[in-house]
Amino acid sequence: MEVVLAVVIGALYAAGLYMMLRRSYVKVVIGLALLSYAASLLIFTVNGVTRGRPPLVPEGALRPPEPFADPLPQALILTAIVIGFGVQAFTVVLFKRTYQATETDDLDAIRSTEHHKKPGVPASISGAREG
Amino acid sequence: MTAAILSGFVLAALAPWVRKVARGWAGWLLALGPLAIVAYFTAQAPHIADGETLSASLNWIPSLGVDLAFYLDGLSLVFAIIISGIGTLIVLYASAYLAGDALEGHFYLYLLFFMASMLGVVLANNLITLFVFWELTSISSYLLIGFKHDKATSRAAALQALLVTGSGGLAMLAGLVLIGQVTGSSTISDLLSQGDTVRASGLYVPILLLVLLGAFAKSAQVPFHFWLPNAMEAPTPVSAYLHSATMVQAGVYLLARLSPVLGGTDEWRVLVIGAGAATMLTGAYLAWLQTDLKRILAYSTISTLGMLVLLVGIGTPLAAKAAVTVLIAHALYKGALFLVAGSLDHETGTRDVTQLGGLWHALPFTGLAALLAAASMAGLPPLFGFIAKEVFYKAAYEAPDLPALLTTLVVTSSVLLVVAAGLVAIKPFFGARVPTPKPPHEAPLRMVLGPLTLATLGAAFGFVPGLLTEYAIKPATEAILAAPAQVELVLWPGLNVILLLSLLTVTLGAGVYAARARLSPPARRLDVGARVGPALGYQKLLDGTLWLADWQTSILQNGYLRYYLITIVATTVGLMGYATLTRVALGGVLRQPDIRLYEALIVAVILAATLAVTQVRSRLAAVAALGTVGYGIALLYILFGAPDLAMTQFAIETLTVVLFVLVLYRLPRFATLTSRAARRRDALIALSAGALMTLLVLIVTADPSRTRLTSYFAYNSATLAKGRNIVNVILVDFRGLDTLGEITVLSVAAAGVFALLKLRPPRKEEATSAPLAEAEAQPSPEEVKPVSLPAMDATVD
Repeated sequence: MEVVLAVVIGALYAAGLYMMLRRSYVKVVIGLALLSYAASLLIFTVNGVTRGRPPLVPEGALRPPEPFADPLPQALILTAIVIGFGVQAFTVVLFKRTYQATETDDLDAIRSTEHHKKPGVPASISGAREG
Repeated sequence: MTAAILSGFVLAALAPWVRKVARGWAGWLLALGPLAIVAYFTAQAPHIADGETLSASLNWIPSLGVDLAFYLDGLSLVFAIIISGIGTLIVLYASAYLAGDALEGHFYLYLLFFMASMLGVVLANNLITLFVFWELTSISSYLLIGFKHDKATSRAAALQALLVTGSGGLAMLAGLVLIGQVTGSSTISDLLSQGDTVRASGLYVPILLLVLLGAFAKSAQVPFHFWLPNAMEAPTPVSAYLHSATMVQAGVYLLARLSPVLGGTDEWRVLVIGAGAATMLTGAYLAWLQTDLKRILAYSTISTLGMLVLLVGIGTPLAAKAAVTVLIAHALYKGALFLVAGSLDHETGTRDVTQLGGLWHALPFTGLAALLAAASMAGLPPLFGFIAKEVFYKAAYEAPDLPALLTTLVVTSSVLLVVAAGLVAIKPFFGARVPTPKPPHEAPLRMVLGPLTLATLGAAFGFVPGLLTEYAIKPATEAILAAPAQVELVLWPGLNVILLLSLLTVTLGAGVYAARARLSPPARRLDVGARVGPALGYQKLLDGTLWLADWQTSILQNGYLRYYLITIVATTVGLMGYATLTRVALGGVLRQPDIRLYEALIVAVILAATLAVTQVRSRLAAVAALGTVGYGIALLYILFGAPDLAMTQFAIETLTVVLFVLVLYRLPRFATLTSRAARRRDALIALSAGALMTLLVLIVTADPSRTRLTSYFAYNSATLAKGRNIVNVILVDFRGLDTLGEITVLSVAAAGVFALLKLRPPRKEEATSAPLAEAEAQPSPEEVKPVSLPAMDATVD
């Protein structure tokens, strides 16, 4: 099964990187999400996977019955998923604010902190930084 | 001895505080520190004169043979007394000169920091220690030259001095390390007897060149001399102290100190005598053409530095004696003259000699100091400068190589220095009274004390040279030669060639001074250095470096995320791909997949959804496809024994989709922003990176191995932590602190989200787009906050 998962991981990395290379802010954020899936699945897979045997210790026993899924990557991934969500929530809200200020989704159009909506309009937008 | 040096640093650190508490008395109080150091070193003089040496050492980096080792012999002693003695007077002088300056406390800090560092340079007994203190003096010099930091010229001059002396210092470090390699010792007192080893070594020429580079840059030898006149941007007490009496002498000290190790060869003589003679002549030639008092003194200092280097290069016992004598005489008269220039500037508002004249009655004490010091500088009897010039002439006259040429150059330079001495002492104080920007009046006591003390000492030693000879000049000469020497100094040596040369010097000097109005314009035209000099080379080099930095920054730091990513990913894929394909046996990597039908279906859905994410034009469709990928992965987690992961993934996935939809809802479809070629290029890069990751996973999973950690957690979860869900036990118990960190990250993200939502541009914005205005009310912090999932980790059981 690891062979198939390897292909899935590769596909997720490829798609994530491709999206991160786009000029659209939203696509970059989506690419980030795909990359975090890929990384989680990578951690999940590298030590081998076990079908249907969660790492639980049954009542009355002191150890989980062999074979059992490796609990260590699971603990790592759980943390990663949650932090990944924190990052995503932040980037999405950041996008919302950026879009409000600049009305564009094109990263190349918002390279400068001195961006003006229209020529001749004083830089009140960048005031968000100064204020 | 160690305490004497290190106490300077402590005093420096306390100085701003002392300034704050003692106010106007801070100068008097702080001068006590250097004064105590003078007393300490003066008390050592009789012992040193008896041929003793003093050493002290503290372990610093024993593994590298670097100790905080200090060594006091005749040469160090002369320097140490000059440094601390003039330091005392400078602190006093500066307290009046800078009175009322907001940064006066900082000034004492830098000045005392410099003094301690400079003491470290001349007392260091370890090559690396020497280098460290050497660079500390460069740094303090930088801070002091740039003291008036609101002036662009000050900053540029400070940077120039730092870059020139600092790069010289690096060359010197390389030379010193090579010396350590050749001799196997970095203790200076041990090296003194190993000169033959160094001179016989194949590395001798590189060592010599590197060390000379450091010494010449520091001591402003041609062609590095240009930084010193520019350093006159510093407050005048600094010029008097660092850029005349002490720091610029560090190069001379280094050459004198290492002359038993490196000296005596033809290479040494050619390079050191050549640089010294060129500097002596250049400095003297440019000195009398200046009109700014401080620049006159700066160029004459360069000339004297050249003389000292020349003498060290000649290397005979007579020359060594002359070097020490000139060094002491110069410290006394030049320190005094700089301080006089500072007083004139301070009390009249100008230091342009053409604006000064007839001030004798207004500033009698300062004038007296100027006259005494200038007479010493011009080498008039019975001042100490006369004796110094006599031995200097004698050393050149009796030099083993080219005595006639050397003597001619020396006399020519001295004639021009007589003119310079006249310019700084006679022109401002005598002759017709010239109106000055400020009504002139005598300087305060603290500013008279310094120049008058130094000038008087310069006069007194002329009458009693014996005292100085026995306790300072003889021990120092023996230290330079690393051999006993006969040293005597007399004021009246009798009528001989040398005296005639002195007479000629003064006569010619007076003549040129009288005719300077007619002589200086043509002489100025001869000054080609101003147009094609090394200063221009420095500027070109600096501009070139900045241009290069600018150019490479604009390429590497272009500001486009995608080009950064392409660079990183392509490099990684290239290097890792090459290593993987050439070094890993790929035979066992491709295996028959063991897959069940329902798993294949899920995988197919994930792959299809992944492809869809990259291709669809609708934002919401992309988000939906992204959600599908996430749910698919959650299903895989369920199938492969990770129910906790699946639950978290389902919850988070739902929240993510909701968040995306709220923000992106009704935004226009994705626009096509890039060309087809760019998309193909990106796809190629992304696919190759993906393929590499696939390959890596295949290689790693071909030989699975469990870590010991896994069994530790599995076997101890129930017994030690009383929990049956091992994943949860790891999160809340074994690795509880990690989870705390995770909660912190999430809180920071939540705070960031909250701030972004609450932040409003200062003006009511007119153009908020409709879809976002609606969405704005929705993902409020309350909406985002419940996602405090760490709590969830803990409760899943």
